[in-house]
Amino acid sequence: MSEREFWPEGVERCDLGKFLAWLGFISIFLLWGAYGAYKVLGTGIGVTALDNYFSFGLWITFDLAVIALGAGAFFSGFLRYIMRIDELKNIINLAVIVGFLCYSGAMLILVLDIGQPLRAWFGYWHPNVHSMLTEVIFCITCYCTVLIIEYVPLILENRQIAKNRFCHHLAHNFHVYMPLFAGIGTFLSTFHQGSLGGMYGVLFGRPFVFREGFFIWPWTFFLFVASAIASGPAFTMLCATFMETITGRKLVSYETKKLMGKIAGLLLCFYMFFKILDTYAWAKGILPGMGLTFDQMFNSEAGYGKGWLWAELFWCGIIPAIMLVTPAVRNRPALLYTAAILDCVGIVINRFVFTVQALAIPVMPFDQWFSYSPNWAEWSTSLMIVAYGFLVMSLSYRYLPIFPQERALNR
Amino acid sequence: MQHMEFKVKWGMVIDLDKCTGCGACSIACRAENNIPPMQDASNKLRTTDWMNIYELSNGKKFPDLEIAYLPRPCMQCGNPSCSTVCPVVATTKDEEGGIVSQVYPRCIGCRYCMAACPYHARYFNWFDPIWPEGMEKTLTPYVSARPRGVVEKCTFCHHRFNAAKEQARANGADPLDLPEDAYIPACAEACPTGAIVFGNLKNPEHRVAKLAASKYAFRLLARLGTDPQVYYYSKRDWVRQLGDNYLQKELKGGEHV
Repeated sequence: MSEREFWPEGVERCDLGKFLAWLGFISIFLLWGAYGAYKVLGTGIGVTALDNYFSFGLWITFDLAVIALGAGAFFSGFLRYIMRIDELKNIINLAVIVGFLCYSGAMLILVLDIGQPLRAWFGYWHPNVHSMLTEVIFCITCYCTVLIIEYVPLILENRQIAKNRFCHHLAHNFHVYMPLFAGIGTFLSTFHQGSLGGMYGVLFGRPFVFREGFFIWPWTFFLFVASAIASGPAFTMLCATFMETITGRKLVSYETKKLMGKIAGLLLCFYMFFKILDTYAWAKGILPGMGLTFDQMFNSEAGYGKGWLWAELFWCGIIPAIMLVTPAVRNRPALLYTAAILDCVGIVINRFVFTVQALAIPVMPFDQWFSYSPNWAEWSTSLMIVAYGFLVMSLSYRYLPIFPQERALNR
Repeated sequence: MQHMEFKVKWGMVIDLDKCTGCGACSIACRAENNIPPMQDASNKLRTTDWMNIYELSNGKKFPDLEIAYLPRPCMQCGNPSCSTVCPVVATTKDEEGGIVSQVYPRCIGCRYCMAACPYHARYFNWFDPIWPEGMEKTLTPYVSARPRGVVEKCTFCHHRFNAAKEQARANGADPLDLPEDAYIPACAEACPTGAIVFGNLKNPEHRVAKLAASKYAFRLLARLGTDPQVYYYSKRDWVRQLGDNYLQKELKGGEHV
């Protein structure tokens, strides 16, 4: 049996040699990251550039960013299976795989980031119900399981695997119950996206991130949900476009991409409205209440100037929001993709400043600003997760029928 | 998390006008609490000093320049920012005496508590502890050595509290009504100028309670709502002003001190 017979029916893929060369290229990053992971797990987190001031750094920023960008999975699932937006069936499989990669990747990074990875299960055994992080541990692990359940039927649809009667029926039954999993995924994902924001909002000792809120949830809880669903669909759409660029094949119709852009744009407008209100209330209410000023929250020399804020709110917030809700912009691919990239960059900046800048700011008046820049151990392991994503996505693209429109679009 | 009130509240008053910044408290703390030496301690953001000493300055030039030293243990906050966020209940404030605990065998090393603490009173074990040969014989037997990957912090020498309670029980006395100086941490014991006073903040007979009630006493970042059990004392206005953040207009009013 030739390798070609494992490809989805009626599609073309590059020859095996080229594909293996591509996997070899990816493996360079996987091996470098594996070495970094070995050093971290074998020696201690001391091999990173983290310290007692910057207890969170690139890894947590990376986790929060990929979890936000991976929100395309749960939100597209919600729109496709619960809200019945049929057009999204063309991209839902990709959204599921991207989501799975983002969440499993984040969990792999967390294995390195926590000092005692063998105790990770303590989150279930000794849960502190008052901690937002407990809720994050619960929901992320549960949702990752849901994503596996959503990914499995895609694997079972491989042309050769599907010949097995059991696998074929199993995949079919998974699909039948998919709305149920989409519903569970929506519930879990909404809560942990929110709790990730809540994690920061409750830190009343950190003026940069502390927020008041509703009941037990600080405003950051809702802002993180909103920002995740505003960037997730854009990221999924960008992934499809990126894959098209690499493979040279049309995979998703432009109509579907425009729809994803429109969804992201509307949600980004919603998010930006409340984010700006939140920033104003923080600067005028919370900070003075702590005896601090807006200007004290920024320090260009340390690398945490106001440029980050303006980039997040204006260049990567308001601008892409306006672009994505403007039909004329969405009709032009270059502008649509630019707006989607800005949208995603804005959310990454948000997660970065909430994680790193929040810790750089001296709270005690006699303390000083410090800077943090990740070292090779953090970069290598983060890139390893990106490479892992490329690896799984490459294999999925080559062997699984994830793009229902592919045959028609490439006739 | 529900705010707990205790009959006994161990507290500390550090007189910054008496502190010379000699570091005896910090060294005593290290020895008492089995903090391992570091081969390279040049990166001060990586060193572990449960009793870290900050240098404060009035910002003026000589001859008006004034310096003060501020030893900073864990504040044992009444409303801790750290224990509420710990996902695995590895740090709690639930024992009579109001000391914030740190359960090393339960800590998963997520460092969320470190991110939460504005005082930087929490330290992570970046590597496994190594004692030079022979030095392991000096370890305090009542204090567990910590492995890499867990967070640690000042515990007001909690093992000394346990020992004092045991002694009280053996003497037929009430372990929750310890006399002054029956239990004091290593830092307070070692301070050569007597700048660190320790006792029960709820016992008006204890010196610490009287000092904490003084108009010259203040707490670090009190307006954040952490309710620290560590007080500082200084008759110098500029020192007290450095205890918290104030807007320019607030400083003019002078109500902050």
